[in-house]
Amino acid sequence: MKEQSRRGRRREAVSSAFKAGVPVLLGYTSIGFAFGLVLVGLGLPWWLAPTMALFVFAGAAQFMGAGLLAAGAGLGEIALLTLLMNGRHMVYGLSVLDAYKGAGWRKPYLIFGLTDETYGIVTTIAPPPGSDPIDFYFALTALNQLWWFLGCLAGAAIGRAVPFDTSGLEFAMTALFVVLLMEQLRSIRRAEPYLAAAAAVAIASIAVGPDNLILVATILSCAFLLALRRRLEPAGGAGSAR
Amino acid sequence: MTRLIPAVAAMTIVTVLTRAAPFLFFSRREPPAAVDYLQAYLPPALMTILVLSAFKDVAWAEFPHGIPAIAGATATALVHLAKRNVLLSIACGTAAFIALTRLLA
Repeated sequence: MKEQSRRGRRREAVSSAFKAGVPVLLGYTSIGFAFGLVLVGLGLPWWLAPTMALFVFAGAAQFMGAGLLAAGAGLGEIALLTLLMNGRHMVYGLSVLDAYKGAGWRKPYLIFGLTDETYGIVTTIAPPPGSDPIDFYFALTALNQLWWFLGCLAGAAIGRAVPFDTSGLEFAMTALFVVLLMEQLRSIRRAEPYLAAAAAVAIASIAVGPDNLILVATILSCAFLLALRRRLEPAGGAGSAR
Repeated sequence: MTRLIPAVAAMTIVTVLTRAAPFLFFSRREPPAAVDYLQAYLPPALMTILVLSAFKDVAWAEFPHGIPAIAGATATALVHLAKRNVLLSIACGTAAFIALTRLLA
């Protein structure tokens, strides 16, 4: 009897996770599909797309990694740029420290699968009442990775069978960043972080040109933000998710 | 193959380390105030950098002078302002970019 209701609660957590993750289903299958197409279009072997989906499980970093591999970049360069691209995750993880407390054996997977989208849902949608929140988070993370894997696999398989002209599809990532920037503008209504970053990009592009632009601009932005701390801090954690 | 597997391994390790970093550092103690502060203001700065750096390889001096990229980003922003639907915004912006790239080729 008790076992029965526990299973019922678990099923409820999984179905809530499925419903909460429908936007991710749509996004991950279509962006994953585009990734598979682009990867095969770059002349890389098809199996690399599902393999990356399984082990790397990162959107923008996978696009970048495929581009770098096709361009013949070295291992160090790929590692450094991945760090740069995913460095923002170091900031995100801070706000789910409490939510993931007590996850036990499932915690390593929850941390591994902490993508932007999973993080977004974990911090905005509450697990169903009465269920174990970890069941909900775990199902959500696993389903998200399943959609991503299927998208990447389908894109690579179809891109291999039918040669598509995929040039231009990579603009989807730029568009994603535009959307994320607009969401930031909505929640953090101070001009300083945006202006500091724009200044950092301008300085970096003059100083180092396009190749290490993002790295140098990120470091400069951190320095500028720390210098602006006195000015920004009284506003009080405008974007803090905690 | 000999190049691809180590590259995937490197990307996996680095990605996991970035995601695990806060759990490794702050599981037993409170993050310092400067980290809390950066946590709030780094995302808008990073998104600004990512958007601006997407234009770093545009050949402004040559036809079509970056028009597809500018128009694609503008279309994304306008559709997002109107509908606030992430996928729709991305689809419209990308379609605008691809269409203009081919029309102005």
